[in-house]
Amino acid sequence: MPYNCIFVLMEYEIKPQEKISLGLKELWQYRELFFFFTWRDIKVKYKQTFFGFAWAIFQPLLMMAIFTIVFGGSNQEGLPYTVFSLSGLILWNVFSTGVTSAGNSMVTNANIIKKIYFPRLIIPISSVLVSLFDFIMAFIIFIPFLFYYKIHVSLLFPLMLLVGVVITAISTFGVGSLLAALNIKYRDIRYVIPFMIQAMLFLTPVIKVPSDTWKYILAINPMYSAIELFRFGFNDQPLQWNFLLISISSAVIFFVVGLFYFRKTEAFFADLA
Amino acid sequence: MKPILEIKNISKKFRIQHNKEPYSNLRDSLVSIFKKSTETYEEFYALNDVSFNVNQGESIGIIGKNGAGKSTLLKILSKITPPSSGSIIARGRIASLLEVGTGFHGELSGRENIFLNGSILGMKQKEIKARFDEIVDFSGTEKFLDTPLKHFSSGMQLRLAFAVAAFLEPEILIIDEVLAVGDAEFQKKCMGKMEDIGRSGRTILFVSHQIASIKQLCLKTIYLESGKMMMQGETNDVISKYLTKSGSQSQFSISDRSLQDTKGKELYFENIYFTDASGQRKTEFLHSEDIHVVFETAGINKLGFTLLVTVTNEQEDPIFSSETKIEGNKTVLKINKDFLKRGKFYITATIHIFSTKPEDKIERNISFTILDFDSEWAKYDTIHYSYSSFGSVIGNCEWLKY
Repeated sequence: MPYNCIFVLMEYEIKPQEKISLGLKELWQYRELFFFFTWRDIKVKYKQTFFGFAWAIFQPLLMMAIFTIVFGGSNQEGLPYTVFSLSGLILWNVFSTGVTSAGNSMVTNANIIKKIYFPRLIIPISSVLVSLFDFIMAFIIFIPFLFYYKIHVSLLFPLMLLVGVVITAISTFGVGSLLAALNIKYRDIRYVIPFMIQAMLFLTPVIKVPSDTWKYILAINPMYSAIELFRFGFNDQPLQWNFLLISISSAVIFFVVGLFYFRKTEAFFADLA
Repeated sequence: MKPILEIKNISKKFRIQHNKEPYSNLRDSLVSIFKKSTETYEEFYALNDVSFNVNQGESIGIIGKNGAGKSTLLKILSKITPPSSGSIIARGRIASLLEVGTGFHGELSGRENIFLNGSILGMKQKEIKARFDEIVDFSGTEKFLDTPLKHFSSGMQLRLAFAVAAFLEPEILIIDEVLAVGDAEFQKKCMGKMEDIGRSGRTILFVSHQIASIKQLCLKTIYLESGKMMMQGETNDVISKYLTKSGSQSQFSISDRSLQDTKGKELYFENIYFTDASGQRKTEFLHSEDIHVVFETAGINKLGFTLLVTVTNEQEDPIFSSETKIEGNKTVLKINKDFLKRGKFYITATIHIFSTKPEDKIERNISFTILDFDSEWAKYDTIHYSYSSFGSVIGNCEWLKY
């Protein structure tokens, strides 16, 4: 043979679906595909645009400008309004773009799903990774704002950034994969997603902090804890643990429910898509 | 040595729901929680208790009519859809080439698509790099590697896609009807590549309607019909059984039609069949025989309907059409001898008036076969030429001598 052939002897069985497993081993075998799907989506997203990746920065900056003009003026949570809204927006954008693209991902990739096997989870996870890539671009722009407004950044900042991003990622993935699996069966979800995202923006402390009476209900929103904990790294405000715990549990529940519902139904995606 | 694939009692069951939209919506699901379901299910077996073994290095052909379960079998083998019962033990990596170009993205360049598609098909980046030059070489797309794929011609996309899949070197390669597209030259190149793959000790499962390609590539063949395995064995035996089986359906009679089918039609087909010049019914003709296609119609023909007949070949290419005014209840079309080349031909028959909406139409389920052992074209049955690449008809032309 002209080249080295590595014959991996593996034996496996194809059977009717019995129990749900996470299939982590298989996901690991396909790890390169994560990279390729993410890379494809990032590339395609900004292809044939004049500004390219800069859009990942423009979007939150423009929204911040609009919010500042309409709602701005007073400080919120001890932060100048621009910093308050931009800090919320950069994480919120991960959730909104991630949930939208993950939620539609199974339908938009139906042609591949129907033809080729690979662990389906790769697709919604890459959607989340794409929106995290946008976050990195936007975060680089956020740093100068902290310096410009001479904001006191605590030593916990890197930790809180990590906590905020992790909560955002797991809740984006959870909600996104739940919607993706439902979307394959019920195409109504396509219309629910944009409405849900719009409504949730007002229930998330991005534009302004909701009053305490509503907070118990609003804390069900997993993005509440992500944004508040991220801001804790630079706003010197006491944390309201009761609300945070509700919100963090909600993120974990969405993650677990989304993951399991997706795994449970994925075998039949090709029949339904 | 253990077989590389053990397929044991595989069945795939679908539920056909009556009175239901193909896509469910939330409202219906919510309503059905509270309402007792009045829907009736009909169970339908796309595959019914199919078992066979494949040894390493074998090329297995799978034949059967549309809807026989061939594609379902391949989908189960490539893990796209799970079986309803039964199991498959696989001892090697399975890659499928179910439809060329799946996973390509128009915005990405040729180079990027090779990596993306290879990785979707289960190749490691290292492996793709090692084969990259061969893939580019085989597909002949070198000059366009950095051009977005959307600017490629469809032929170039096809070549690239086949090349990626063919060079990915899985232990088991599944191929479904890919060769139906692409020009004759490329088809030949693909067949050559697949023969190489077969020779290099890898296993191929090959689904095709083109009996010639199955004969060329596979020693063993499996014949499926309505989800059941009809026969497995040596390719030549299986193919002759398949041809005689499908030959028995080469006529059409009123008993094939439901009452609804003919209701409200002023004139409709009752029987369609083939005879030779002496009136003997048959479905296989020598190329040197006249073919009579008999159309028996029933109903009222006060308006003066027209009968339009189109003959198509196995690849669904129309060969020719002919039409006539219907008079009486028996109309016969004579197809002259030495006109059609060897192969299977299908009849599409339409009753219409003034080219408006067809009053009755019978499509493609009646066929006849032309045999050719001795014409000037039969000598091209060698590995260097393909009889079928010379067209479906014997040209009505001559060489002028000066």
